[in-house]
Amino acid sequence: MSCRYTELADQALAMRRHIITMIGEAGSGHPGGSLSSADIVTALYFELMNIRPKNPNWPERDRFVLSKGHAAPVLYAALAMRGFFPLTKLKTLRKLGSPLQGHPDMQKLTGVEMSTGSLGQGFSAAVGMALAGQVDQQSYYTYAIIGDGELQEGQVWEAAMFAAHHKLRNLIVFLDFNGLQIDGQVECVMNVQPLPDKWQAFGWAVQQIDGHDLRAICGAVSQAKQEEQPSMIVAHTVKGKGVSFMENQAGWHGSAPSSEQVVHALKELEGR
Amino acid sequence: MSKVATRDAYGQALVELGGQYSDIIVLDADLSKSTKTAKFKETYPERFFSAGIAEANMMGVAAGLAAAGKVPFASTFAIFAAGRAFEQIRNSICYPDLNVKIAATHAGVTVGADGGSHQSIEDIALMRAVPNMTVLVPADGVSTAHLIKLAYQFAGPVYIRLGRTKVDTVYQKDDFFAIGEAKMVRDGKDATIIACGLMVQEALQAARELSLSGITTRVLDMATVKPLDIGAVLRAAKETKAIVTAEEHSIIGGLGSAVTSLLAEHHPVPVQMVGVRDRFGQSGDPAELLREYGLTADDIIAAVKKVISRK
Ligand SMILES: Cc1ncc(C[n+]2csc(CCOP(=O)(O)OP(=O)(O)O)c2C)c(N)n1
Ligand SMILES: [Mg+2]
Repeated sequence: MSCRYTELADQALAMRRHIITMIGEAGSGHPGGSLSSADIVTALYFELMNIRPKNPNWPERDRFVLSKGHAAPVLYAALAMRGFFPLTKLKTLRKLGSPLQGHPDMQKLTGVEMSTGSLGQGFSAAVGMALAGQVDQQSYYTYAIIGDGELQEGQVWEAAMFAAHHKLRNLIVFLDFNGLQIDGQVECVMNVQPLPDKWQAFGWAVQQIDGHDLRAICGAVSQAKQEEQPSMIVAHTVKGKGVSFMENQAGWHGSAPSSEQVVHALKELEGR
Repeated sequence: MSKVATRDAYGQALVELGGQYSDIIVLDADLSKSTKTAKFKETYPERFFSAGIAEANMMGVAAGLAAAGKVPFASTFAIFAAGRAFEQIRNSICYPDLNVKIAATHAGVTVGADGGSHQSIEDIALMRAVPNMTVLVPADGVSTAHLIKLAYQFAGPVYIRLGRTKVDTVYQKDDFFAIGEAKMVRDGKDATIIACGLMVQEALQAARELSLSGITTRVLDMATVKPLDIGAVLRAAKETKAIVTAEEHSIIGGLGSAVTSLLAEHHPVPVQMVGVRDRFGQSGDPAELLREYGLTADDIIAAVKKVISRK
């Protein structure tokens, strides 16, 4: 790995530590899906996105929508690490009066581009942001992350059709393909496969990558920027990635670690 | 006093009913552990179907099952049932008057830390507005079990609003319940508190505290918000001459609106409404949120004193 990717990997580890610490502190929240998106969010916020934390509403900024809004901790960690607000605020997660709501709230927290939490809806909003960029001939990109369970919402496919119809080449979406939702394996609850084929059939440019490989994530985005269509990057991920006892366990979708478990997890997530 | 969440009582009731009636089919949208339909799934796996995270389709499938003679119970959080799938409920379930039971859990602000995006404070208003729909908001575990069975026996669409947190048990196991009948859980003469759901426990506590200062209140559990028990409301208005409504819901379109429109037409008396005042919910713990949104026994006490002063 070049030093750039070593540095990104360190950021991703730090992001995971923040996720565990804040959910532990809150006593509730969604660690599994936050950890599975952590490398993608790290690449976006520390390498790929053109943003100015000191001027958060800069009109030409790239946009990011966390459509799987329950993974709010990964977004909050990224925003704090990039200086949108002090890191000390992370411990207010889910507390009364905190800007760090259980699901991202753009009215309460600067840097959140769209309020999400009801699955399927953030993706449509991302399509709208990309459409506005196209109408205004702006050069910004709109990024989004959606969940594989979230794909079961019909609205996702309505948005997919719309984005391809309008050739929104400025829209780059990651599918966090971790294979799990709340009630178990996506395959058993309601199968969404075959995945690359579905997106291709809907007129999207599709790539498949390892969603924990920072180099692959960055490479896929450069490739996506060459396309004439919206891009779906199918990122194969592990739910709970980085914390051995959480990995691939549906039970860690929406439960907080105890204080002992936080200690164990942080040990596994120590930097080099 | 034992405490049970109405969603737990629902899960238990479904399993019991499932054993008696083979035409019950249960649907859920990836929340079966939270809505407690998972118990039915374990017991009768051949009659449980996951719709995936696809609430609108789930309501449509429920309509089809009902049209083909089944009695489907469809469950998810209230925000996604009444909210996400509103128009499917209206046009595929209520318009053709199909026999679908929608048991929606995690209603109101006591959802807690998940925050405002998940706290449904409009579902009573939405469901009440649709012709053919019956709306039930049980106060405790015992009444939930009775009302789930009554909903099964009732022909037509029923929306049952359930909560996440544990609530006081108000009733005895063999108390009598009927859809459309308010239950007088306490009598008094100075004012009547008409409550539903979790607010019945708050109303009873308010009534107990008020009685210490010599104010006696009648408490009506309006577990059927629609059709409203007109007789019980008018009797309360005539006999106690002042009404307080209490709901874990917006004051726009909910129980308070139902009561006030009835009274305005038939027997105007002073009314104070306890409910969410045109705001969204937010993250916090349930008890904190009840205080923040003015939904506690203390808020009911203040409303009772105010309404009496307006007599
Ligand atoms: C419309 C809607 N229905 C249900 C839920 C409840 N819910 C929250 S997360 C989740 C599972 C999401 O699974 P997936 O999209 O695969 O996310 P991930 O595995 O990345 O956490 C569900 C059903 C919701 N937030 N929104
Ligand atoms: Mg998933």
